[in-house]
Amino acid sequence: MNKVMKAADMVASLRDGMTVGIGGWGPRRKPMALIREILRSDLKDLTLVAYGGADVGMLCAAGKVKKVVFAFVSLDFIPLEPYFRQARQQGAIETLEIDEGMMLLGLRAAAWGCPFIPTQVGLGTDVLNVNPELKVVDSPYDDKEWLAMPALQLDAALIHVDRADNRGVCQIKGADHYMDDWFARAATKTYVSCDELVDSDYFTPEQEARFVFWERSQTTGVIPIAGGAHPSSCSPFYGFDVPHFKEYAASAKEGGFNTYVDKYINGKSEADYQALVGGIDSIKQLPLAVY
Amino acid sequence: MSEFATDYSLAELLICANAAAYDDDGEILVTGIGVLPRIAASLAMKTSNLDIMMTDSEAWLLAEPNPVGQRPDDFIQKNETWMGFSRIFDNVWSGCRHITGGPTQMDCFGQSNISCLGGSYEQPKVQMLGARGFPGNSISHANSFLIPSHNTRVFVEGECDMVCTIGYNPARLPKGHQLADVDLRMVLTNLCVMDFGGPDFQMRVVSLHPGVNIDEVTQNTGFELCIPDTIPVTVGPTKAQLSVIAQLDPHDLRSRQLKDNPPGVRI
Repeated sequence: MNKVMKAADMVASLRDGMTVGIGGWGPRRKPMALIREILRSDLKDLTLVAYGGADVGMLCAAGKVKKVVFAFVSLDFIPLEPYFRQARQQGAIETLEIDEGMMLLGLRAAAWGCPFIPTQVGLGTDVLNVNPELKVVDSPYDDKEWLAMPALQLDAALIHVDRADNRGVCQIKGADHYMDDWFARAATKTYVSCDELVDSDYFTPEQEARFVFWERSQTTGVIPIAGGAHPSSCSPFYGFDVPHFKEYAASAKEGGFNTYVDKYINGKSEADYQALVGGIDSIKQLPLAVY
Repeated sequence: MSEFATDYSLAELLICANAAAYDDDGEILVTGIGVLPRIAASLAMKTSNLDIMMTDSEAWLLAEPNPVGQRPDDFIQKNETWMGFSRIFDNVWSGCRHITGGPTQMDCFGQSNISCLGGSYEQPKVQMLGARGFPGNSISHANSFLIPSHNTRVFVEGECDMVCTIGYNPARLPKGHQLADVDLRMVLTNLCVMDFGGPDFQMRVVSLHPGVNIDEVTQNTGFELCIPDTIPVTVGPTKAQLSVIAQLDPHDLRSRQLKDNPPGVRI
């Protein structure tokens, strides 16, 4: 089975109103080339589920988002994502604001076919009050109440990985694969962009196979785009692009999202985008962040 | 016991006071969010509680804390095990952790907020980070707080705009839980150290930083504090502590965390 496709094929399979999970974490290993392809499309009314960064900010700024399921939206070194912030402060989006761990539980519940997973996380806080859709349940085994974290069923998951083969074996060699395996498992369809498309034999050595975190049956499509996480990082290949994120954040203060999106995305191919940001060689030179 | 230092910054005072929060914790994961809490956790691991575990703030558990900031090219991080974000939750939910965080608001119940301010929840005046891991941290394990600007916009009258952490609020206590299950430890500010040792878990002043008057604390707090009859002065750093701090923070990032890097002893 050959799952290699183009980003446009991925967008064509999505529909207005879908729930889309996005892998990565803040400014780290986000499938930004796939996000750019959505920005070029007519898709709208999406519900996003993400440990959010510029992926969420850009889609909000472009008016593609109905609702965001989030615990944070942040660029790390720029703590507050500028366009998510604008969307919230304009009251433009619905929200389900939950704890980071609750999101993990919601993805696991979806992956495992459970309607919910009980947790104490969120009890005693406004997470319950501002989200009437979250319920508490009594336990059959003790006298406590538990928050019933509902399954976060995803119509699609978008993930960026280091390497994949054409059958959908995906490898993440960076230090953390975040919750990407759970995004893949929680989704009906999982589209994965990769920095390198490799032969299946690449995964033969144990030290390579060990960094494959889900089975290929969880991967619907493989979209080879070297540098496809830019401006987010894809460790160990490249770090996130600090000057680019600064320019992006500055556009929120002056000029607005159109100045950014017209310069880099609208009417431009991914090749045009990469040329505008200095080319793939300079992307691969971006230093890894020091934490 | 090393000799006490006479010349130190408020940042260094807070680092040492924060480190002391972990003295009796034993073998747990300590997470200091932000530069000062991270140096404090590292100081504790190097000097006062050698059993502490901490991460590289990315994906590894360390046998030795990393210095903050850029490290030399030949630096070798002393990893102990993989500790990616998904595994952090396995630790959090086991209760085997103590975190020091820096919320934007805190109320009389010790409830705190990093999510949003003002307006309505649907359309806040200021959107901040979101609740992040605060709800889970607060109900799962020990929590301390380092809040560098002690004023009534931070220590608010009434409840926080968005309550991100469970505190000692009877009205919000989940069924089957006890207030004593909540484990809020130390609150450090630019003025004082507080805990929740007052009657019914009331926030209590534990020590005042050198040169700070109790009236300044009460005037800058939007709710009533428990004020003991005698309040000691916050213990300053020893020379040995300052020397370890300098190794853990070779680029002196600590001097850039508080506005104008004030001295530890008020002039």
